Amino acid sequence: MTDHSDDVAHLLLQQKIESFLYREAELLDERRYEEWLALLAEDVRYWMPMRRNVKFGELEREFTREGQDVNWFDEGKETLTRRVQQILTGVHWAEEPLSRICHMVSNVQILDVKPSASAPSEVTVKSRFLIYRNRVETETDILVGKREDVLHRIDGHWKLRRRKIVLDQNVLQVKNLTFFF
Amino acid sequence: MATGRRYRGGLVDLRTGLISREIFVNEEIYAEELERVFTRAWLFVGHESQIPKPGDYFVSSMGEESAILCRDREERVHVFLNSCRHRGMKVCRYDEGNTPVFTCPYHGWSYAADGKLVGVPFFREAYHGKLDRSQLGLVEVAQLATYKGSVWATWDPNAPGFLEYLGEFRRYLDLTLDGWDGRDGGTEVLGGVQKWLIPCNWKFPAENFSGDSYHNISHRSVDMVGIGPSGSGRRDTRERLVARRLQICFPERGHQTGVYVLPKDQPTPPAYQQSPVVSEYFKHCEEERRRRRGEWGRVTGSPGEVFPNTALHPRQPRTFAVWHPRGPHQTEVWRWYLVDSDSPPEVKDFLRQYYIRYSGPAGLTEQDDMENWNYAHAASRGTIARRYPYTYEQGMGFEVENYEWDGLRLPGSVMDITEAKSSEHNLRNLYRRWAEFMDAESWNELATWRALAR
Repeated sequence: MTDHSDDVAHLLLQQKIESFLYREAELLDERRYEEWLALLAEDVRYWMPMRRNVKFGELEREFTREGQDVNWFDEGKETLTRRVQQILTGVHWAEEPLSRICHMVSNVQILDVKPSASAPSEVTVKSRFLIYRNRVETETDILVGKREDVLHRIDGHWKLRRRKIVLDQNVLQVKNLTFFF
Repeated sequence: MATGRRYRGGLVDLRTGLISREIFVNEEIYAEELERVFTRAWLFVGHESQIPKPGDYFVSSMGEESAILCRDREERVHVFLNSCRHRGMKVCRYDEGNTPVFTCPYHGWSYAADGKLVGVPFFREAYHGKLDRSQLGLVEVAQLATYKGSVWATWDPNAPGFLEYLGEFRRYLDLTLDGWDGRDGGTEVLGGVQKWLIPCNWKFPAENFSGDSYHNISHRSVDMVGIGPSGSGRRDTRERLVARRLQICFPERGHQTGVYVLPKDQPTPPAYQQSPVVSEYFKHCEEERRRRRGEWGRVTGSPGEVFPNTALHPRQPRTFAVWHPRGPHQTEVWRWYLVDSDSPPEVKDFLRQYYIRYSGPAGLTEQDDMENWNYAHAASRGTIARRYPYTYEQGMGFEVENYEWDGLRLPGSVMDITEAKSSEHNLRNLYRRWAEFMDAESWNELATWRALAR
């Protein structure tokens, strides 16, 4: 008889991680921002580089560097919390009235799990996002890209500890980034 | 007044303080301003620290057009139109890098970093060796200037030199380009130029940075949550509480800025107190600046604008922004951030993080500006809306020449808004100069200060 326990552990982990990502998207789209913040580890790093057009062979210079260059985002929980507080003031005109936002998350691939799929404490997971924003009357933005997340299991709960957001744009095609990726 | 033009005198009426919405939304006026303003004024193209080595290039923009800022083998700085002389293809579609030649991907013409045409496929066969390659280099700007690291250019050979173009505004531009401790120059740009689109005419952000002291309600939310330089509280520094708050402009030049003047015998209030290293650095720099610059060390800057579309901000965050026109209804912003080259890594890192959370599309402060510019523009396009001019009447008639306070005289036409809270003095100045550019046939008419000097 074949032992499927390892496969089952991987399937269960895949299921749990997808559930985490979908729940996170649900909280954001439902504007439950404080509950979303609770999914972030205290030492979370949230990084979204800018992307340059560079010559073939120089692709290491395509992305602005975390912790060194100007990025779209390069911050921790304190600033993310301020962003949420700002939306909740009711006078943050860029999000007042609130935008209608929909996060589509797909292509969820677990790249690494430590120490094992059957007893996971850290998972590296890559996914695709499509974020649709519609606000006021006809203003509509669509942003598409990839995320690479590190999730940690802390006190029995998964928490986002690191998110790298790779937006597939050079000149940013939207006027502002008032929402979360 | 030339006939057949859509722009006409009276659309900018500084006698009444009324400015027509047409100059923001009219497509024909937009085409005219590309010709009359953007081909004749000096425009910011980048910073020398972006191209330190021979062959380094940074692809910039002047008006609507792509322009290459580069350094040739002799280390001379150039700015070229990014368009092949043969069939117009962009010869460089990278944002930055290093190259010995720019080779056009369409038919293969190649240009050296000094702009010379150095390669023409089938020169001997197809052209029978007769093409005058010496006349077909990349189109170069008429004039280029580097000033304390910043690089500026104009397409007009008859424009005055850059320093003459600045006039005495130079002293205020220095507040952004000099070291925080008051030394000449010594600033560099952080890696990564932010580029993003705003659905509004380029003059909305240009007037905002010229000195819109009236838009506090725009930033109410960010002040409520607090992202101040000391980690919390208002978005700016506390020096505004003890200083005179001034708007200063140069009517004959079109440049303008806000300024704080600190009292004579009072040190600059502390800021950046979240980090001891950063706090100590700024305290040291403020003292040094007072020592080096004397009374002038009491002057600290707030947002300003070099005519027509280069915004500067000397303090928080220290930055240049260029409002590139992209049609009457769209602006592409490019934002560079500056730090003192030899400041400690902790200081650079602190400022970098503060800059990002303050400015740009993800900046907690600037996000709300973009919403306002977006919908102010959109709501001004209608047939009925266009009949009603905007009002710029704040503080008309309260300008002061030869302004002096507590032993310090400040160059320029000054409006003291410490008690008045706000004025549209600097905004009127932007449009005064803009209208002059739209009216004038040449720089002979625009360099009015030359006639005054005679």
